[in-house]
Amino acid sequence: MFDILKDPHALITHKEHWKDYYLFTLESPIIASRAQPGQFIMVRVSSLPYPLLRRPFSIHSVGGKKIEIFFQKSGVGTSLLSNKITGDFMDIIGPLGKGFSWSQHSKTQDIVLIGGGRGIAPLYFLAQKLHSVGAAPKIFYGGNTKDDIPLKEKFEQKGFEIYCSTDDGSFGFRGLITDCFKDQLKNLTPKQIFACGPEPMMKAIYQVAVRKGIPAEFSLESVMGCGFGACWGCVKKIKTKEGTEWIKICEEGPVFSSFEIVWEEQEK
Amino acid sequence: MIDLSVDFGFIKLKNPVLAASGTFGYGIEFSPFIDLNKLGGFVVKGLYYSPRPGNPPQRLVETPSGLINAIGLQGIGVKKFAEDILPQLRKYQTAIIVNVCGETEEEYAKVVDFLNKEDGVSLYEINISCPNVKKGGLCPAQNPESTYSVVHLVKEVSARPVITKLSPNVTDIVEIALSAQEAGSDAISLVNTFLAMAIDVETRRPKLANTLGGLSGPAIKPLALRMVYQVVKHLNIPVIGIGGIMTDQDALEFLIAGARAVQVGTANFVDPEATLKIIQDIQRYCELNKINRIEDIIGTLNE
Repeated sequence: MFDILKDPHALITHKEHWKDYYLFTLESPIIASRAQPGQFIMVRVSSLPYPLLRRPFSIHSVGGKKIEIFFQKSGVGTSLLSNKITGDFMDIIGPLGKGFSWSQHSKTQDIVLIGGGRGIAPLYFLAQKLHSVGAAPKIFYGGNTKDDIPLKEKFEQKGFEIYCSTDDGSFGFRGLITDCFKDQLKNLTPKQIFACGPEPMMKAIYQVAVRKGIPAEFSLESVMGCGFGACWGCVKKIKTKEGTEWIKICEEGPVFSSFEIVWEEQEK
Repeated sequence: MIDLSVDFGFIKLKNPVLAASGTFGYGIEFSPFIDLNKLGGFVVKGLYYSPRPGNPPQRLVETPSGLINAIGLQGIGVKKFAEDILPQLRKYQTAIIVNVCGETEEEYAKVVDFLNKEDGVSLYEINISCPNVKKGGLCPAQNPESTYSVVHLVKEVSARPVITKLSPNVTDIVEIALSAQEAGSDAISLVNTFLAMAIDVETRRPKLANTLGGLSGPAIKPLALRMVYQVVKHLNIPVIGIGGIMTDQDALEFLIAGARAVQVGTANFVDPEATLKIIQDIQRYCELNKINRIEDIIGTLNE
């Protein structure tokens, strides 16, 4: 935990956006040097008291002294952040949490990464790392429409094999990314799944993974108060030696394995 | 050299800035960010005798300039605290205060009795806002008699000075404060969070799984300051001001109103260095205003 750093002067060196999706490149050498796929940063949105809390963002990629974050404008906090421009500073804390256990997969070729919507964010960094150790992960990337899968080209340009789906059929497989994945299981025999996205998507993948006996890890999203374990606000029910417990996503997660997560019954 | 120390009679703090319970974990969570030795002290997360599971999520909702929480006092219990946390805290030269919780009056006493045998704790802060399971979930803070009763019991057992932390969710805060003083409390801290809620208009469900939670943050500061002001006038024991303190200016308001120290809470989430910045900025304020001792500013409100 002593690897956590507050960097109030992470310089925005590059910004891109597609409709409501934003990609920021931040210069933060120490955080970049320590970051692992699946970890996140907490970003201060405003120096004023509103919006009050920092917002959590997965580390989308690391290159040299720089990290990237990828997010969707969806509320007051992300709207304010989206107005930041190249040359501005961001006040960030990181790297936080425990990431994906990717390092043992150097010789595993059949790895599948599944991202839904903005949940694709941490999977690019993971794909980078897997690639660097000689693995060739296959990417499944789904969104509501073709506008919701803006990072498709980015993966393609790096030579990753990518399968896309859109709910409305405007690009790729028509339907959910989980169905697209199930469809491809005719041809694939994954040895490991890593996923991030809306909870129903991850739960569906979990069910497939369990049925097929494929190890899987999931990166969970949560409202967070602090991001470093002090507020106990971001819990998920996790299986422990004693049964189940509310475990802090920020500290013990955000990545958990299929064996750990207790999926909630579908409400509403 | 400006003297930032404040004397409570039973303890002298390096400076008047403490970190508030529930916002500072068990203290060690902040060691990557700040030197804990520089704090006036810190209050660890509320401890029941046994571990507590806490509430289901969603536990947090942000509101304008505020945060509503319903953590449900999830915690590790005293034994694990004594085994795993206290050994790490003993090296720090600052006031370490344990926030004491209980589902019954007897549990408060049990927590204190257990911790009395452990080195490294400076003071206890009694959290009288815990629902009492034997009294239909009413917390002791809600009336003067039950406040008196629990504070009196803790004082009988305690080997250390005791602070009583008041809830603002009462009709007459002064009455409760006087009751705690009468029961022998060595100091008072106020306020805990304000009972609050938020609703999702799409689903028409409460945003918190627990429906109700406690509001903290800058939104409550003027309310908290008013209560500290009212309480200080009537008490002869020291008062610690809590509620939405984000800056030195906020802290100074509480000191001028008569608080001998302050606790910084929600600000720790936004900026884990907030406490130290507030201390530095109070120092700067004193330099600019030629104040040699921070004690000279306490209770100096011009009315």
